[in-house]
Amino acid sequence: MNAPHKVGIGTPLARVDGADKVTGRAKYAAEYAVPDLLYGVAVPARIARGRIASIDDAAARAVPGVVEVMTHENRPKQAWLDHSWKDELSIPGDPFKALHDDRVLFAGQPVALVVAETFEAARFAAGLVEIDYEVEAHNVDFDTSLAEKFLPPKGMRRNTYHPPKARGDADAAFDAAALKVSGDYRLATEHHNPMEMHASTVEWHGDGKITVYDKVQGSQNTQGYLAGAFKLSKKDVRVVNAYVGGGFGSGLRPQWQVQLATMGAILLERSVRVVMTRQQMFYHAHRPECTYEIRLGAEHTGKLTSIYGDATTSTSRFENNMEDIVTWGMMNYDCPNAEGHYTIAPRDTYTSADMRAPGAATGMALFEIAIDEMAYEAKVDPLEFRMVNYSETEAMNQVPFTSKALREAYREGAERFGWAERSPEPRSMKEGRELVGWGVATGMWDAQFSKTSARARLSANGDLEVASASSDIGTGTYTVMTQVAADTLGLSPDRITARLGDSDLPTAPVEGGSWAAASTGAAVQLACRSVAEKLFKAADEVENRPLWGAKSIDDLDFVNGEMVLKSDTTKRVSLTDAMRAGGLDVIEVEETAKPGLFDMVSMARKARNTHSAVFVEVRVDEVLDQVRVTRVVNAVAAGRIINPRTARSQILGGVVMGIGMALHEETFIDATLGRWMNHNYAEYHVPAHADIEDIDVIFVDEPDPEVTPLGVKGLGEIGIVGTAAAVANAIFHATGKRIRSLPITIDKLLEVAP
Amino acid sequence: MIRFDYARPSDVAEAVRDGAGDHVAYLAGGTNLIDLMKENVARPLEVVDINRLPLARITDLDDGGLRLGALATNADTAYDERVQARYPLLASAILAGASPQLRNAATNGGNLNQRTRCYYFYDVDTPCNKRVPGQGCGAIGGVNRIHAILGASDRCIATHPSDMCVALAALKAQVQVTGLEGDRAIAFDDYHRLPGDEPWRDNNLKQGELVTAIDLPAEDFSTNYTYLKLRDRLSYAFALVSVAVAMRLEEGRIADVRIALGGVAHKPWRRIEAEEAIKNERPSDTVFDTAASALLAGAVGQGDNSFKIGLAHKAIVRALNQAAAGTPQSQTDKRIR
Repeated sequence: MNAPHKVGIGTPLARVDGADKVTGRAKYAAEYAVPDLLYGVAVPARIARGRIASIDDAAARAVPGVVEVMTHENRPKQAWLDHSWKDELSIPGDPFKALHDDRVLFAGQPVALVVAETFEAARFAAGLVEIDYEVEAHNVDFDTSLAEKFLPPKGMRRNTYHPPKARGDADAAFDAAALKVSGDYRLATEHHNPMEMHASTVEWHGDGKITVYDKVQGSQNTQGYLAGAFKLSKKDVRVVNAYVGGGFGSGLRPQWQVQLATMGAILLERSVRVVMTRQQMFYHAHRPECTYEIRLGAEHTGKLTSIYGDATTSTSRFENNMEDIVTWGMMNYDCPNAEGHYTIAPRDTYTSADMRAPGAATGMALFEIAIDEMAYEAKVDPLEFRMVNYSETEAMNQVPFTSKALREAYREGAERFGWAERSPEPRSMKEGRELVGWGVATGMWDAQFSKTSARARLSANGDLEVASASSDIGTGTYTVMTQVAADTLGLSPDRITARLGDSDLPTAPVEGGSWAAASTGAAVQLACRSVAEKLFKAADEVENRPLWGAKSIDDLDFVNGEMVLKSDTTKRVSLTDAMRAGGLDVIEVEETAKPGLFDMVSMARKARNTHSAVFVEVRVDEVLDQVRVTRVVNAVAAGRIINPRTARSQILGGVVMGIGMALHEETFIDATLGRWMNHNYAEYHVPAHADIEDIDVIFVDEPDPEVTPLGVKGLGEIGIVGTAAAVANAIFHATGKRIRSLPITIDKLLEVAP
Repeated sequence: MIRFDYARPSDVAEAVRDGAGDHVAYLAGGTNLIDLMKENVARPLEVVDINRLPLARITDLDDGGLRLGALATNADTAYDERVQARYPLLASAILAGASPQLRNAATNGGNLNQRTRCYYFYDVDTPCNKRVPGQGCGAIGGVNRIHAILGASDRCIATHPSDMCVALAALKAQVQVTGLEGDRAIAFDDYHRLPGDEPWRDNNLKQGELVTAIDLPAEDFSTNYTYLKLRDRLSYAFALVSVAVAMRLEEGRIADVRIALGGVAHKPWRRIEAEEAIKNERPSDTVFDTAASALLAGAVGQGDNSFKIGLAHKAIVRALNQAAAGTPQSQTDKRIR
């Protein structure tokens, strides 16, 4: 029997939305043509903390075309209780409520919205609003804020936060250790800066209903949030985010522009659009600054005996943003003694937020630099060091993994990279004036699965539509849905339309945390299987009952638009014939994928994680300390890969961002003024093309039927984790200079004598 | 952005008349002015669009030099065959800056007159003497990683961001300007100013004067030259330190040399003493070290940017080596030669 040809899961299907994106047919939040639209431009607070004493908007109002200057004094009614402002991913504290009262909580806070008939009039008038403040003392400096660091009491912690779980006696083991590494490791503040700025177009329909085109990672999250904050009925609020121009976490939660646009629409009973400027994008969500004290103890053989970590990350004064920083190292390495501590430090900025692999990108990177240091202390090859301390189980909670092919990732990555050719001594590899360095680091992220619904609708002509309120933030969700549906029903991808990003569609969580492919994919598969069952039933009506003998759809292959009896492939019924015979014009089903009892037990007893091994080559000018990242191999163990092409793109993007974390990204804040200073793309550096050379991505084989229904682990974040550390470790190998503070800018390298 | 009147003259005389008033800005490529207007940093009441003026040509001068029209784009200039053959230092410096898209739009005159990239200058909610005279300087004692180490004042520590101008300083270009009082030529070293007590003045143009061309002298520095730029990423970033070197060797000795620095001062930084100090010497690290020390004498760090002093010293030595060896820095291969 020939294996049926499947076009679905595992094939490198080109992005189904690619043509729409490059031709401009794909519409983003600020691109929807809405009749009689008004344009709102926010006026940002100049100061970092205080009160608005007075607002003089006379000059702004005098500008032709200006309709309203909305402030805390004339805004429409908002919900009073903080509880009403919660969204799916709210964190403990007081959620930011734009124009709520006269308080200024951070520089750049929107304190007025100028609304005009044209964008130009609104922008011009926004510059004319005069605001006097009662200034209060602020602190935005992270080091100063450490004096106020604290661990929020239970109930005030993020529910995603995992307290570090100690084992053995880390202090005693460190004291007794033959080899020791200790130090303070740092990460600067980074801002997400997705290409699409945060934007909302609120369409006022006049019948009490609004449609909100929002740049956000979850349409139903915005829907619920606006309903709560502005006392609207959820059924009167439809939110569309069909396309999202990158998120990286900055759009996990509804941002202030959607508050302002909605308030403007309610106040003026007209459609209103608000777009954050690039500069304003630097005054909201950002990856927290971090300081991380690490102490490692080991035997002469390189066997770790003690892990101690104590980290603090920045948050605002009004919300407790928390990350898992110290847990990653404790989970990843086999070491009998481990202890971790974590606190947050408040400053007068907007609340820090999840940014691609929150916590892991920071904590794993800094920890993997320390691990590298210990490898040199022990005079053990850094890759071998990681093998010596390899943990088959999740070491912090002492539970098995559903799967962990990290060893294979190390091996395959090393082979592709040519790691065996490495000369162990720092500064021992050189070409011309450039020192060459090779570094390795480990990555780790969660493999998550969230309750998600999807609908499948098969028409009599064989066209299939699959739909879910999930989002595609550039990751490839449309494509993955199409492939899962094609795979399940044996249809050609061009007969399938995937719909996403509309709160009217079946319920789905915010897109983030690398769970969308696994969760939306599982829901699509369930819905398509239900369609298959209805088709199977209808096939009974086909003359001569060709599929007679099949007890369920498991006895069939769905391929090339037909149901084929597995035991006799000459017996087949096309999907359209089955529908015709069954008298069906359309088959439409909605299904929900959610963890079942078995999954719940598995989740409690087993760890679910992706892993990676990242190998990096750098070349550093021996005198001028200019760094070039010339080669990266990122070997990823992430379960089943639905689409190797979009999967590779996810990892490439993560690697580029990791190089940025290692060398470039840093937002500077002026402690006196309380303001972020390099708030534009020219002065906030992410890698340019010239900074990126060869990147090779490997997906190692990691079958895992237990982790999620499709065996998929997700790829959105794992690419960044480990990359920055591998760059830092390569720089040490090249130069003998150990920089513990990211990004590794040229000044830091110049400061250290080789 | 504020409201402004807009004029689009078709000849130079008309442009100069249009440009004679207060708060007038000439608009060429717009790659800097428009940004500044959007940020409310530049608030001209009248914008004179000079893009229709016949100033886009690159022409040979009778004395063997080359005239670069003020409206020739940076890209057209860098890729002009005469510039590439006779003034490769200039081509290299231009290609070290910005991005292809920006170089396609930006003009030579605009490049000279672009404003600083100081964070404080760009943010109207911070103090800046260059933007608002007398307001104070936020960068002094603030975030000043990209700021000046030479020639700064207690009013302003901004730098001039151009790469092109650093090469023009080394090549001893002349700036041709015109105004209501007629035409004049300004030596490149005298074109830009140090901040002193009037940091709002970037250059010595009189009110309403318009740059029409940049003249390159007939000297040949097409063999021993380099433009070495060090920055926070390998492309599309302003220089932390850049070095332009134009050198002439005769019988193994330095017969003539010009060294100009970018990213370190309010103007391209040259010091004749530094150049004189190594004339007639044979190229060596010791000799180049002498030049670097002379060029950087009196350099002062502001904290964040103090690393630039040491970096500039090393960069000058390397650049002089590149020039002497005839192995100029490539702007596409990012390995430093």
